[in-house]
Amino acid sequence: MPFAVEEEIIRHDAVVLGGGLAGMRAALEAARCGADVAVVSKVYPTRSHSVAAQGGINAALGEDDSWESHAFDTVKGSDYLADQDAASILCREAPGDILELEHMGVIFNRREDGRLAQRPFGGAGFPRTCFVADITGHVILHVIWEQSIRDSVATYDEWFAVSLIVEDGRCRGLVAMDMRTGRLHTFEAKAVILATGGLGRVYEPSTNGLICTGDGMALAYRAGAALMDMEFTQFHPTTLFPSGVLITEGARGEGGHLLNALGERFMSDYAPERLELASRDVVSRAEQVEIDSGRDVNGCVMLDLRHLGRDLIMTKLNQIHELAMDLAGVDLVTETVPIRPGMHYQMGGVKTDVDGRSTLPGLYAAGECACVSVHGANRLGGNSLLETVVFGRRAGRTAAQEAAEEHFVNLTPAIAREQAERIDALLSRSDRGIRTAALRRELGAAMQEHAGIFRDAAGLGAGVDALHDLKNRFEAVSIQDHGSVFNTDLVSALELDNMLDLAEVMVTSSLERRESRGAHARRDYPERDDDGWLKHTIALHTPDGPRLEFGPVTITEWQPQVRSY
Amino acid sequence: MDVTLNVRRFDPESESPESRFQEYNLEVEDYFTVLDALIKVREEVDGSLALRCSCRASICGSCSMRVNGHAKLVCKTKVRDVANAQNQVTVEPMGNLPVVKDLVSDMKPFWDRVRAVKPYLQPEGEEPEAEYLAPNETMLHLAGVMSCIMCGACVSDCTAIEVDQRFLGPAALAKAYRFVGDPRDDADRSRLQMYSQPGGIWDCTRCMECVQVCPKGVAPMDRIMGLRDMAIEAGFSNNNGARHTEAFTDSIKHSGRLDELKLPLRTFGVFNVQAMMGLSLVGLRAFLRGKTPPIIHKAIPGKDKVRRLFDKVEGKR
Repeated sequence: MPFAVEEEIIRHDAVVLGGGLAGMRAALEAARCGADVAVVSKVYPTRSHSVAAQGGINAALGEDDSWESHAFDTVKGSDYLADQDAASILCREAPGDILELEHMGVIFNRREDGRLAQRPFGGAGFPRTCFVADITGHVILHVIWEQSIRDSVATYDEWFAVSLIVEDGRCRGLVAMDMRTGRLHTFEAKAVILATGGLGRVYEPSTNGLICTGDGMALAYRAGAALMDMEFTQFHPTTLFPSGVLITEGARGEGGHLLNALGERFMSDYAPERLELASRDVVSRAEQVEIDSGRDVNGCVMLDLRHLGRDLIMTKLNQIHELAMDLAGVDLVTETVPIRPGMHYQMGGVKTDVDGRSTLPGLYAAGECACVSVHGANRLGGNSLLETVVFGRRAGRTAAQEAAEEHFVNLTPAIAREQAERIDALLSRSDRGIRTAALRRELGAAMQEHAGIFRDAAGLGAGVDALHDLKNRFEAVSIQDHGSVFNTDLVSALELDNMLDLAEVMVTSSLERRESRGAHARRDYPERDDDGWLKHTIALHTPDGPRLEFGPVTITEWQPQVRSY
Repeated sequence: MDVTLNVRRFDPESESPESRFQEYNLEVEDYFTVLDALIKVREEVDGSLALRCSCRASICGSCSMRVNGHAKLVCKTKVRDVANAQNQVTVEPMGNLPVVKDLVSDMKPFWDRVRAVKPYLQPEGEEPEAEYLAPNETMLHLAGVMSCIMCGACVSDCTAIEVDQRFLGPAALAKAYRFVGDPRDDADRSRLQMYSQPGGIWDCTRCMECVQVCPKGVAPMDRIMGLRDMAIEAGFSNNNGARHTEAFTDSIKHSGRLDELKLPLRTFGVFNVQAMMGLSLVGLRAFLRGKTPPIIHKAIPGKDKVRRLFDKVEGKR
């Protein structure tokens, strides 16, 4: 039996799963509220995918700007599906969080007078995106990590969570594998905060790192927590061919153009006012229409930065200059680069309230794995980093406060033993079964084909069937590595298991929503239908697949209007 | 194209855990990075091959390894750029760090070094209500240092760490520079004092390896040199490194060449008995091999020109 179970229980007041921005911010806040908190992460925290956020973080700091204006842009960007109380909190608290980050040490770019510089971003009525060149997420995560060192926050690096522990209707902890030893450990906690980020690898291609497999969402779903709005997946307008690696929205924010094969700035046909800086769903659809209409260059359109000049590119867009050179062999100073829309962000996730509470007591969530919902049907660029710090902080505080009211119940390693059996069953299969990667590629292709930028009932129906087939065949997946130490073969199979459950929820929810809203574009229902569908989709786990329910959207100030850019 | 990857494998759980090379022959596309090729091996040929990777875009810092003997971020390295004439590429785990399994290095000594430099902002006094005012040039300059993705490539190939594991090393000291160079940090003096201790800035041998292998242009050695200048300026010159620098500079400035006898005397101090005894042994061995430097130090003929060079450079500061 290679997968040994550790008998000793690890106890912390609060355990944060995930070491990205939302998780580290939550942990920092919980620690500052006096909780004994630990971060459990399958990668070292600075490897988390928050580092890949390039462009910036939004806050209404300008004298002529206001949080209300930011909130309105966010709600309009969401195609009115965002909960307006949550969007208001996000935007009202943004300036305070930005200044806090600055005081912690983030080296935001400045204006001439030494104050924070802000750049224009898509879907925003005001230049309100603070940035550190095009490495904003990287610098913010590193600074929060620095703070966690200062405050001695405990971290369990390279520990992979395999299950939550629910007893008497409350989340009491989790089971995680120390990848260095392969041993399964039981964590008992009075509060568990999920901050595991996105699920981008469900698609192929995706801008997301290979670690973005939605683990926290899947764990929460299986434990009985509700997922919300899983049909809303953002396709970013500028990703590199063929890898799908991201080119920041900052490239357009700084003045970059999109051209079709004829050299036309085609966005004038789709968003005559905002052009390249319309919201992401609008720009991605426009590109896809150009590509589908034959005005493409090998399945791509072109991003043109040449007119911005070497100086600006090398100071404000240095990283993407490097990426285009490394991965596409293109010098952005003198050449255009082929780009196409690609899976980027999951608006849906674990349903939470504005303080991070999920529907399962004791379980909290923040960041991309959560759905508060501030992004609704489409997220604005620069709002995801903001969400991680605002709601990471709020979830950390709430969890710490509520943990103080709870007590340990003396868990046993029973769930860890169950998980060890599950893993042993996987490992004991024949070596010659289906390879995990082959199934994962099929999954990615199926999602791209059936639940891509444009969707319809026939395609989504085929998607549901494909998912059932993939889930059946997962039972024949085999693992070649039978060791205990750093068994990435095993981890990738467990990740695929997580992704299959989530993909099933995504296609099922997409099939159910018979309208077009934000990033969810149905060819068979091309219009937004506020009478029938101004509501959240809620998915609950059953042994036979997801059960869907619907919940109201909170509307406070901004009544739905026609959305144009 | 068809390539052969020569991968150093290590399985800590095998009966005789020793590293060995394993050959993988595979077909790769022209655009493949070394990481793409390794992933192809792991997914299609041998699922037991362990490596770390995530972002594929040289920002997460997971996939540093040695390619053909030098540290590289493999997601940034094209196969066709590193394959030899026989289309072979050698891949090994990083140097200077223990190996967990195959290409996975134990990063603990790396993180311990970073933690040792107190890697967090230490402002004093009351926080301003709004942001700290700062020149954009300073922020852009620091962004160049903060581009560090902590991949470990510089530590892997650091020739000083190779002989002395106590050296803080390039990544940690580049991180240290980021705080000393930050106008918001008020701990410059205590930092510079700490970094001037043995194991700190004066242990760098200026071999340039870290500058060469850094995938993000951080140039750690240049940052260490920057810290040295700042440390001497702040008055932390009572140590071997600073004295060595000053003696070296004086000698060149006044005679145009290095006074090899005087250099160690000034560096360690004539009354440092232990060092002098060690040096006399070195001197004896040099004498026996006929390598004793001249007892009487002579200036070079064009020493005034050297002097003028110094004046020019120092005047510019």
